[in-house]
Amino acid sequence: MNTPDTPPLFAAQEPIFPRRVTGAFRRFKWWIMAVTLGIYYLTPWIRWDRGPSLPDQAVLVDMANRRFYFFWIEIWPHEFYFVAGLLIMAGLGLFLFTSALGRVWCGYACPQTVWTDLFILVERWIEGDRNARVRLWKTKWDFRKWRLRLTKWLVWLLIAVSTGGAWVFYFTDAPRLAVELVTFTAHPVAYSTIAILTATTFLFGGFMREQVCIYMCPWPRIQGAMMDDDTLTVAYRDWRGEPRAKKRVEDTGDCIDCMACVNVCPMGIDIRDGQQMECITCALCIDACDDVMDKIGKPRGLIDYLALADEPAERAGDPPRPIWKHALRPRTVLYTALWSMIGFGLVFALFIRADIDLTVEPVRNPQFITMSDGSVRNTYNIRLRNKHGEARDFRISLTSESILRIRQEGSASNILTVPPDSTTQHRVYVIARPQDEAAHTERTGLRFWIEDTKNGERAHRDSLFNGKAN
Amino acid sequence: MTDKNQDIDQETGVETTGHDWDGIKELNNPLPRWWLWCFYLTIVWGIGYVIAYPAWPLVNGATAGLLGYSTRAEVATEIARFDDLNADLRTALAAADMTTLGEDQDLQRFAVAGGAAVFRANCSQCHGSGANGAKGYPNLLDDDWLWGGDIETIVYSIRHGIRNELDDDAHYSQMPAFGEILETEEISALVQHVRSLSGAEYDAGLAATGADLFLENCSDCHGETGLGDREQGAPNLADAIWLYGGDPATLEQTITYSRFGVMPPWGTRQVNAVAAYVHQLGGGE
Ligand code: SF4
Ligand code: SF4
Repeated sequence: MNTPDTPPLFAAQEPIFPRRVTGAFRRFKWWIMAVTLGIYYLTPWIRWDRGPSLPDQAVLVDMANRRFYFFWIEIWPHEFYFVAGLLIMAGLGLFLFTSALGRVWCGYACPQTVWTDLFILVERWIEGDRNARVRLWKTKWDFRKWRLRLTKWLVWLLIAVSTGGAWVFYFTDAPRLAVELVTFTAHPVAYSTIAILTATTFLFGGFMREQVCIYMCPWPRIQGAMMDDDTLTVAYRDWRGEPRAKKRVEDTGDCIDCMACVNVCPMGIDIRDGQQMECITCALCIDACDDVMDKIGKPRGLIDYLALADEPAERAGDPPRPIWKHALRPRTVLYTALWSMIGFGLVFALFIRADIDLTVEPVRNPQFITMSDGSVRNTYNIRLRNKHGEARDFRISLTSESILRIRQEGSASNILTVPPDSTTQHRVYVIARPQDEAAHTERTGLRFWIEDTKNGERAHRDSLFNGKAN
Repeated sequence: MTDKNQDIDQETGVETTGHDWDGIKELNNPLPRWWLWCFYLTIVWGIGYVIAYPAWPLVNGATAGLLGYSTRAEVATEIARFDDLNADLRTALAAADMTTLGEDQDLQRFAVAGGAAVFRANCSQCHGSGANGAKGYPNLLDDDWLWGGDIETIVYSIRHGIRNELDDDAHYSQMPAFGEILETEEISALVQHVRSLSGAEYDAGLAATGADLFLENCSDCHGETGLGDREQGAPNLADAIWLYGGDPATLEQTITYSRFGVMPPWGTRQVNAVAAYVHQLGGGE
């Protein structure tokens, strides 16, 4: 079907062999890798005491009981807006960083980048640096190649298994699950989750790599909308580097065409062709090029973080504007403002969360009933929530301008007991004797009071009492 | 298609698709090969799925699929599973001593929740969805009971019913239609006396006559002071609650023609549950 001058419909993946590189950005990225992986693997093992009947895992997503624990914060399903708020903040945060620094998320913090980095590190340890790997790739499948490949795959697999394994610990008590996992008594869902995440980690970090970013991930498509001329991205100062030449003669630019920037690029592109879709702004080419510039005694920054807006000035020989001038513009200010507004809102909401959660639902079917002695009775469903690790006793009472009595269904006391970590419903009756005004008034306001018998904390809700209006 | 199009993009040297949107052209870069394989894989998967699961719509229903999967069957198994889970509770409830039901919180909750559902399906037509009754159908929320409001009597009343022909053990009593026994004036006097019992407004002169008539005709069942008799299901006439109404016209009607409220017997299934539900509505004794 393909005539010589039509391109093929489908193309095989080009192999990429990123070379080792040293420099400030690389160091920074090692640190980020250590910290993010550390957080990911260790968080489920942090303990946090919450009392006898609540889990003591600091970060726990308890699906079965519908609870989310984060250190001292406990979120119930009705407070899911906290999670929604955090997701919105994460989204706005990405907007902010992208509009200021382009694809920093991709270059430094995305799990795809971090794990790929880790996998490449392993690859380098086992198979050697770029040249060795290219050679190995070209050789036939002899014993040595099999040995190296299998060792590499095995280490990758171990990383992948522990990645999937760490994930499931977020959803149940980690130490117990760990024992169950090795004794093969854990729930099948745990094993299948680990299996799926192992497979994706192994495949995405080991083989798919840049393909994930170029073809599968939706984020780069969205990022394009957040970037403008002032966004700092990794770019090549072609006015300084061109014409490139291996041999130094007069009139040649600073680029000695050593291909260092191409060889280190995990995406397999040449940044000197200009900003392009594949570039995740990992900045490794900056490190590589700076190294070369140092060696040949030229100033650093042939490849650098640049803003498109500076190009005309720089071409004319003027220095670029300071970074803060690029960073500080209406768009980033707006994103920051929105981001912190939601952040403050969430923190505020967190602090005004009532410790006693009380709702009063008047029963309106029927609105009231007459008792045999002629008194009028209303019914209310009281819902109490106890987020503490031990049972709580609440004393219920009411205040009203008229005389009203309160009684609890099935009990002579006015104490409502709520077991730990649960919500209970109690039915209470409010009664107006025939001679009391409320019995004959269509509506009388009243206020229910709930008081913790131990620590005296109080909460109240207003409601109405329906009388017989003659 | 591609061979007709020879438009090459200057910048990249890549052929374009020839589509042009306001001067923006689309490069015709090749897709990755793994993408193609994934695409084939989805086709294979799709064929497998169609064979394994219900897929093609037919006139009545759809092809069943080799695995015989059906959402209805799945729901049925789920229901059966929960029924199994509750089997112990159900047996326990059927055999429970209802007077001490409250001691077993789980059983009590199970009974009340189940009873509420049964009540809405079977009882609410007469007693109302809020169990507050209607004219002629007792309010189950208050503290006034015709035949008794302790849990065992409630169970009995539901099981055998009231004044029905179907169950020989049904509660039974019948008030005579006094229209055939007393004169109209006498009935009016009785009405005034009955009203006086419950503290309503009344005519003192007529009530005095009515008092004698009451002792003669009514006190056997309703008691001398009108407090009623649960043994016979004779209502308490001295309280504020009226099954049919306490106004003179309704009372006159009641005395003249009598009343005959019927409830069917409900057998034994789930009666304990309904009784537990009714008993905790606020009037249980
Ligand atoms: S393109 Fe997507 S997968 Fe790749 S680094 Fe960016 S966010 Fe991560
Ligand atoms: S071009 Fe440079 S910054 Fe972009 S992905 Fe390659 S090495 Fe990273």
